[in-house]
Amino acid sequence: MSDKRVVVVGGGLAGLMTTIRLCEEGIPVDLISIVPVKRSHSVCAQGGINAALDLHGKGDSPYEHYDDTVYGADFLVNQLPVKRMCEKAPEIIYMFDRMGVMFNRTMEGNLDVRAFGGAKFKRTVFAGATTGQQLLYALDEQVRRFTAEGMVKQWIGYDFQRLIVDENGVVHGCIAMNMNTMKPEVFPAAAVVVATGGPGYIFGKSTNSFINTGSVACMCYKQGAKYANGEFIQIHPTAIPGSDKNRLMSESARGEGGRVFTIKDGKRWYFLEEMYPAYGNLVPRDIATRAIFDVCVNQKLGIDGKNMVYLDLSFMDSDYLDRKLGGILEIYEKFVGDDPRKVPMKVFPSVHYSMGGLWVDDDTDMTNLPGLFAAGEVNYQYHGANRLGANSLLSCVYDGFVVGAAMPDYLKSYQKPENFDKLADKELNEVEKLFEKIYAMDGSENAKKLHDELGNMMTERMTVVRHNDKLEELLGMLDELKDRWNHIGIADKSRVLNQEAIFVKDLENMITLAKVMTKGALLRNESRGAHYKPEFPNRDDENFLKHTIATYTPDGPEISYEPVKIADIPPRPRNYAVDKEETKKMAQNKDKGGK
Amino acid sequence: MADTVRLRIKRQLSPDSSPFWEEFEVPMTHGMNVIACLVEIQKNPVTKDGKKTTPVAWECSCLEEVCGACTMIINGRVRQACSALVKDLEQPIVLEPMTKFPVVRDLVVDRQKMFDNLMKVKAWVPIDGTHNMGPGPKIPEPERAIHYELSKCMTCGCCLEVCPQFNEKSDFMGAQIISQVRLFNFHPSGASLKEDRLHVLMGKGGISECGNAQNCVEVCPKEIPLTHSIGEVGRQVTLQALKDWFMK
Repeated sequence: MSDKRVVVVGGGLAGLMTTIRLCEEGIPVDLISIVPVKRSHSVCAQGGINAALDLHGKGDSPYEHYDDTVYGADFLVNQLPVKRMCEKAPEIIYMFDRMGVMFNRTMEGNLDVRAFGGAKFKRTVFAGATTGQQLLYALDEQVRRFTAEGMVKQWIGYDFQRLIVDENGVVHGCIAMNMNTMKPEVFPAAAVVVATGGPGYIFGKSTNSFINTGSVACMCYKQGAKYANGEFIQIHPTAIPGSDKNRLMSESARGEGGRVFTIKDGKRWYFLEEMYPAYGNLVPRDIATRAIFDVCVNQKLGIDGKNMVYLDLSFMDSDYLDRKLGGILEIYEKFVGDDPRKVPMKVFPSVHYSMGGLWVDDDTDMTNLPGLFAAGEVNYQYHGANRLGANSLLSCVYDGFVVGAAMPDYLKSYQKPENFDKLADKELNEVEKLFEKIYAMDGSENAKKLHDELGNMMTERMTVVRHNDKLEELLGMLDELKDRWNHIGIADKSRVLNQEAIFVKDLENMITLAKVMTKGALLRNESRGAHYKPEFPNRDDENFLKHTIATYTPDGPEISYEPVKIADIPPRPRNYAVDKEETKKMAQNKDKGGK
Repeated sequence: MADTVRLRIKRQLSPDSSPFWEEFEVPMTHGMNVIACLVEIQKNPVTKDGKKTTPVAWECSCLEEVCGACTMIINGRVRQACSALVKDLEQPIVLEPMTKFPVVRDLVVDRQKMFDNLMKVKAWVPIDGTHNMGPGPKIPEPERAIHYELSKCMTCGCCLEVCPQFNEKSDFMGAQIISQVRLFNFHPSGASLKEDRLHVLMGKGGISECGNAQNCVEVCPKEIPLTHSIGEVGRQVTLQALKDWFMK
């Protein structure tokens, strides 16, 4: 066993896969999580995980998967990491298969696959409609095995507070708080891996869990880590609007044949099939979302004039549906009260995923702070301007392999600084100071109410359609909200699991990160993937084929740009009304000066 | 009055302090669940009688009934707060923490014991490593479908809350663990540890302590056939005991 320990923050798919890979390399891990890792947000992933196994013998390949992903991402992605991920994908599926994941199977007992958005091959492996849950449990079991062997120590109910960083920006561990006692503790580490997922809770209601605040990513950003492409927020086309959150209705519903429609002139209008004959209901999410939004908001053709359209499975065999989609049918039944086997579901787009995140190096997943790595949704790699469905589970797991491969090299040259105790004390002190300030807050504002306002202002201005004047206005509103944060009054002064105090801390981080997203959106005067501005309706490769990079300053984010690294696939027009081969021809003709 | 929801909540400020009750009234919204009620209390932590208090602590994460975090006792029945819709509940809605686990604060309990027990029975497939070794064993789809149901257990603890044998005085591990043993014993490579698992279940806290009350299967939110699992693993344990006796 190595005498150098690594801290992994977050126990979803990315955190657990990282933990397993580090253990296999003989590196002991301190695994920090605010919830028992089995309850992490990865459980919410439903539809499946992509890998070009070509199980139907139709000529699918990792290269096709790679091309679909880059094209789906509207080319705002460094291509080599995507290529490597797609090449690794089949091995990853086999690994889960060996771990005992109950993937759906064919009658011969082989893995079953289904269709997903933005791809013409069936390459999504699945376990009913609870694939994320099943993959997470498999990794949880393996981590428990390493925990039993003494390689992993799990710190459950611990909330990450700050990195321990030296004067050169090198990370030497972190401070995390035992939430039950509200005491911050020092975790010395040769490296820290954050795998804390997305920031959906910034938008109030989203498909994300309540724990997805983006707070840890924001803390790393405040301490010097760069945050990239923050403006790229995926809005999933089909969710059930709810009073507490929006619940995902998996893309697999359409993958299995589900059809989206609304009523126009008294008849069913299957608008996605009409608008995008080549991909139909399986266009990528940004495309489907804009179409649904346009039908409801601009054309006022939502169900009964409301912001909803139908997603129909009711024409399909109900035994088949139970076997392939049971999990999501139950969710709809439990939360809406109707049986989707009998009546079409009512859905509307919802904030779902962040393509942007902490900037990481293409080869190692290390951030610009030496010793700080980022894995999973919290980093900006792989998905560019729009993520394809069933690629997120893949990228989370793949990141674990990337970090696992890079860590031994990093640790070889790592040395704990002589002034470690001083560095740690300084950060510990910062945390204590912040919480003393929070406990003493006696203003008139309520943190949860401010969060409602944050969610509303972000959802209104920073989701499907973006206008520069509204984004300018939003930046001002966020500053105002930050001011009001200082006037929060706290009802709970307890030092036992004080959820209010922790939330007040998280809220400030959410507002800070919201500003990063908004400023990135304001400055990106084009439309690309999930980022759509009617004033600038086209993709502008000349000016914006580049990553937005936000650097923290006390006066707000400083934005710079970094070129996108193209390896094999030259940018071409993105048009899902036709097959992608057609778009390649269109690009060639254009190069030749033709039409 | 139709526009408000009344709640009666059992509170406890720390693991060692005494519990007490508080009543709240919060505005009703369309499609509201118990979680949304608790969020309303966070926005205005004042009791029904106008007394300022602290917000109620509870655990939640996914809100889709797949993570198991928000398990509590609602109107006397153990279940997840996210899928407990206000329109289906009698008021005042009575919320209590689970009784079989130590209270941390208010509705939050410490369920670590369940995870520890998963470790005791080695609820995992002992793979050689994560490197590429090709596909796993083929599994017939009908068998897969049965065991997929078992693998949906979210370690919420409902089955333990209602089990008369699972309590402070006994070490009984409960239906959740037995069902996971069935799952991993079924898997072709998971079965390598079958004997180890059965020996754990033959010991203290094992399957013989099941009192056959069958409450577990009634409350499982994922409708896992827990009593079938107990029956099946019971047979495996019996066979193992015979095998052990002959091998002596």
